[in-house]
Amino acid sequence: MTELPAQAVAVTRAFGHFVAVDQVDLEVRPGEVVGLLGANGAGKTTLIRLLLGLLRPSGGEIRLFGEPPSRHTRRRIGYVPQGLGLYDDLTLAENLAFSAAAYGEGPEAAAVPAPLRRYRGTVTGALPLGVQRTAAFTEALAHRPDLLVLDEPTSGVDPLARARLWETVAGAAAAGAGVLVTTHYMDEAGECDRLVIMAAGRVVARGTAREITGDTRISVVEAGSWAAAFGALEAAGLPVALVGRTLRVPGAPPDAVRRALGDLPAAVTSAPATLEERFFELTLSSGQTEGHHDRRP
Amino acid sequence: MTAPGAAGSAGDWWGAEDVCVRFGDALALDHVWFRAEPGRVSAVVGGDGAGRTTLLRCLAGALAPASGRVRRPARMATGYMSAGSGVYPDLSVTENLAFRATAYRVPPQQASERSAELLARAGLDRVGDRLAGQLSGGMRQKLGVIAAMLHRPDLLVLDEPTTGVDPVSRADLWWLIARAAAGGAAVVLATSYLDEAERAHDVLVLDAGTVLATGTAEQIVAAMPGTLTVTRERPAGEAGRRAWRREGRWRVWDPAGLDTADAVAPGPQAAVTPGPQDVVAPDLQDAVTVAILARELALVPAGQESR
Repeated sequence: MTELPAQAVAVTRAFGHFVAVDQVDLEVRPGEVVGLLGANGAGKTTLIRLLLGLLRPSGGEIRLFGEPPSRHTRRRIGYVPQGLGLYDDLTLAENLAFSAAAYGEGPEAAAVPAPLRRYRGTVTGALPLGVQRTAAFTEALAHRPDLLVLDEPTSGVDPLARARLWETVAGAAAAGAGVLVTTHYMDEAGECDRLVIMAAGRVVARGTAREITGDTRISVVEAGSWAAAFGALEAAGLPVALVGRTLRVPGAPPDAVRRALGDLPAAVTSAPATLEERFFELTLSSGQTEGHHDRRP
Repeated sequence: MTAPGAAGSAGDWWGAEDVCVRFGDALALDHVWFRAEPGRVSAVVGGDGAGRTTLLRCLAGALAPASGRVRRPARMATGYMSAGSGVYPDLSVTENLAFRATAYRVPPQQASERSAELLARAGLDRVGDRLAGQLSGGMRQKLGVIAAMLHRPDLLVLDEPTTGVDPVSRADLWWLIARAAAGGAAVVLATSYLDEAERAHDVLVLDAGTVLATGTAEQIVAAMPGTLTVTRERPAGEAGRRAWRREGRWRVWDPAGLDTADAVAPGPQAAVTPGPQDVVAPDLQDAVTVAILARELALVPAGQESR
């Protein structure tokens, strides 16, 4: 029972001179949901490929259920890739049957669950995205995996459908599986027991959302004309974000923001940062900003 | 009918009045009303098949409604980014913008200055020679938005600019969106992210082609019927159908009066009926989830669900 579904110990992976994953430690314990967050190029996908055994580390060690990745360990993993991994030109029932056979499971693992039954004979590529997503989850869970790996599982679905996908994920964790999930959607961090934030190939923060956000604060501007205040802060080179009619300025104290506004009528206060704002700071201070090099203060 | 309006004067607005769109037998938009005002950001929210793209294509003049009226500025005063960025993959970043500037008759000097400024701010200034098809998803979306706003349109229509984009690119995209609105454009964007809709000035919630809710985020939240409670476990029985998972707990929606009936009914569900201390103030995500759920429950009465 103490065996860890997934463990990375000081794992490094280089492609030529480019180090995509740099000395990363990560653990997924049975029954817990670990959220892996990072901007594009942070190394999330490379780390997942290392954990699945699709790539070998240049340094360090990957262990799945206490042993190196192999065909044997792969059988205990359920994986939903970003592109869902279904065959577009097979019917839904054929997709489930194919996957069950690949995992060496009997016909019961290929059963089409009730909510999907009306689509069983339809070619998968012609099904609505939400149905395809449910099918991909069904496929990944059919062999009762001990480790579930989900790469951006809820991109583009409505909030009720998203809640139902998380219900499925939580169900798998409650049954004892370890879950590793990537998302770009910070609201979903609340569904995870623990978060790991990567930037520029390294882990830059880990813990609960509250622990990671800590006591970071940002400046908030309420101005008579948000558009005028936006122009002034932008001219001062501050990273300003519009939220309704207020402006939020991460990484700049209220007095600096006040100065940048000049004599514009505006109230400047300080407020706790959101997880997304904290994430933003961590990513920028790591030097990893796709395309950006010297833009922000 | 479609009526390209006069140039944007004060008090003007763009949008849809009682618009229906049919694809064969299917009603893609069912009597939709929508209003986008200059200097404001409007978010059109909904899941797969809700009708967001159809509405945006009507606003952009790419699709004529079967009935109702679309109010939109003249074609040259509209900027439109279709889903998937709408840039030419086999042209470079600079060529894409030069092409757009020519098509919209932006004077060359002005076009190159504005392109350079927006590209620099969005972190694309060092990839001007790269083919758009070789950009990352986030970079391509940023290029798509810059291309759509290059000619300073009165109405800027963006179809899912931030879907699948990482938070850093998302911040850049929102900067571009705010910049366009600060410059006086009416900005309409489709999104499936409710936190993003909460940042917009106005929100339209679509589901299966119909308007589920409309107004500011605060108005939509205030108009949510019934109450919302939080429990640790999913309630049993009928209440379970009105529950969904959020942040590791269960939200349970009580349409006014319904749980009073539950509470007097004998059976195990009475034991898990939450007390008033568990009532939570809903946010936009809760209000939209309730709207979708209410519609689903109305379509599939109790006892007839397939799951």
